[in-house]
Amino acid sequence: MSILVNKDTRLAVAGITGREGSFHTLNNRAYGTNVVGGINPKKAGENVEGIPVFANWADTVAETQANTAMIFVPPPFAAASALEAAQAGVEVVIIITEGIPAHDELKLYNQVKRDHPNTRIIGPNCPGILSPGEANVGIIPASFFKPGNVGVVSRSGTLTYQIGNELAQKGFGNSSIVGIGGDPVPGSSFVDIIELFEQDEQTELIVMSGEIGGSAEEEAAEYVKHHVSKPVVGYIAGFTAPEGKQMGHAGAIVSGSAGTAKAKAEALEAAGIRVGRTPTQTAEIAMELIGAPA
Amino acid sequence: MDLLEYQGKILFGKHGLAVSDGKAVTTVEEALAAAEEVGYPVMVKAQVLIGGRGKAGGVKFAPDHEAATEHANNILGLDIKGHVTRTVWIEHASDIETEYYASVLLDRSEKRPLVMFSTEGGIDIEEVAEKTPERLIKHHVDPLIGLTKEDAIRVATDGGADADVIEGVAEALVSLYNVWIEEDATLAEINPLIITPDREVKALDAKVTLDGNADFRHPEREGLGDTANADPIEVKAKEQGVVYIKLDGNIGILGNGAGLVMSTLDVVAQHGGKPANFLDAGGGSDAAKVKQAVELILSNPDVKAVLFNIFGGITRCDEVANGLVAAFEDLKPSVPFVVRLDGTNDIKGREILEAAALPNVHAAKTMDEAAAMVAELANKES
Repeated sequence: MSILVNKDTRLAVAGITGREGSFHTLNNRAYGTNVVGGINPKKAGENVEGIPVFANWADTVAETQANTAMIFVPPPFAAASALEAAQAGVEVVIIITEGIPAHDELKLYNQVKRDHPNTRIIGPNCPGILSPGEANVGIIPASFFKPGNVGVVSRSGTLTYQIGNELAQKGFGNSSIVGIGGDPVPGSSFVDIIELFEQDEQTELIVMSGEIGGSAEEEAAEYVKHHVSKPVVGYIAGFTAPEGKQMGHAGAIVSGSAGTAKAKAEALEAAGIRVGRTPTQTAEIAMELIGAPA
Repeated sequence: MDLLEYQGKILFGKHGLAVSDGKAVTTVEEALAAAEEVGYPVMVKAQVLIGGRGKAGGVKFAPDHEAATEHANNILGLDIKGHVTRTVWIEHASDIETEYYASVLLDRSEKRPLVMFSTEGGIDIEEVAEKTPERLIKHHVDPLIGLTKEDAIRVATDGGADADVIEGVAEALVSLYNVWIEEDATLAEINPLIITPDREVKALDAKVTLDGNADFRHPEREGLGDTANADPIEVKAKEQGVVYIKLDGNIGILGNGAGLVMSTLDVVAQHGGKPANFLDAGGGSDAAKVKQAVELILSNPDVKAVLFNIFGGITRCDEVANGLVAAFEDLKPSVPFVVRLDGTNDIKGREILEAAALPNVHAAKTMDEAAAMVAELANKES
């Protein structure tokens, strides 16, 4: 098993005709992901290397039974496209787009939660989800990862690759790797994804990679303490980040005394979660906890 | 982006919040002309993005021309914790009877806007939240509905606002919420929100943070913020579409992806190094972009060594290597470089660097090794 994307994934992509959108969609298909359609209102009826393009999400879902959406459209239109996918009944909506206004994310989150409770939003500003050997939805370089028993959830893309690679060098593979994104209002938080890993049979260890800003790591610490039986290893980036500066991600900012890496690491440790001080050490802790993979 | 007080007040005024008449000026002459215009007594207020302006002598009361001259002279150019005052705001001084507090912010945990109100205004609100949390009213707003007048009246009442100003406070809260929504703010704060002797509700200060991701729908924002105190390298980086943040150390850092760069800074610090900057070259950096980034890093004269930490996903290591070679041809850097390339096309990238045999460029196999090497090199150089 794995979480969120797998062999049953039927992926459709908003923004499939764009440069980035087409490149990554075709990469995902080459990996084995079942890509059933794409959306561009101006290019309905055309196709991208055989993938049919539709005018909107309702048509796409009606024609292809897509159950997973990937959003690649530019920031001004991304939240609207994600909402449209939810309205069409898509269950997993993964928003790769970076640069969406916080208020758009806020309204999207609240509207989906109220009107489409069966839809799960991942991202925005995330690298997507990879379930090695099953499906890849997004921009994660799949060649570095193989199937295995470690579930990874992270706010950052490249840091995920770094940690995943450290784990891979120790022989670990992954059930799923989930990027929840670096924005202030992510559709899914650490808690949501950790809950899925806890239920997933294949996952034996959970690695969560956090960073400065907000309190999602602290909430995850509290959740793990009370609801998670599997071992969890943490990593937090941004110990050296100055106060009040946005460190690349819109959500990575220390405000006053809130959102510091130190406070997050302490909260995780207080909940019994061991925290690596470097990506390398994080992988070493994983090794100590569940031993070298067979 | 954080706004200066006067920029925030202009936004407040636009959305119907009462603020004093005032003018932003940059010279003593202009300050005096502005004082005449708004009428004495006036306040002379330093416009910098740092707390503690009053204690630093950056906020003064001027009853007349003579005092205004003295204060404007002293405050213009005043260095407040590293922020040099280039602009002062001259406003008509208000009579204050009571000081309240009001704010709207994005509660990331609840994923809702949060309206806060307290009758304990004029002091640090974190102190109020800690010592007398019952005096700080918190009200989460459904962003699909907005803050209604009825909600606002309840907040003002629960917070203990004087009965005769509850209506006025509620109106101010609704206006502040409108500022937050319509200006795409992540924070809109008034401390203090004052009540004058004739029971007018007025914003005496303004703290506003705008969401940079919404710049595309707010062309009017151009030039806002504290441009006078912005770091020139940060400004140039922004023009080039690169995220660069100046830090205090001497090791230039380039990486791809915000999380990896943050992590790189941490690991360098653990090895005893001091990062000079955060630079996220972004996904899919090509050679030209890498060269530009090297130029940015080296324009900081404190830099004694540079670390490239790349884990290629979309970014291809051969492109990064080509960019570095091009940068060396043009810029002929005098400081050592440590380069760690992993991920997409890493072998090709390493081959390019080896073939180019750049002077004083050291290859590292892992992130840890790279951090240790660059820290040692920088410490040797300084």
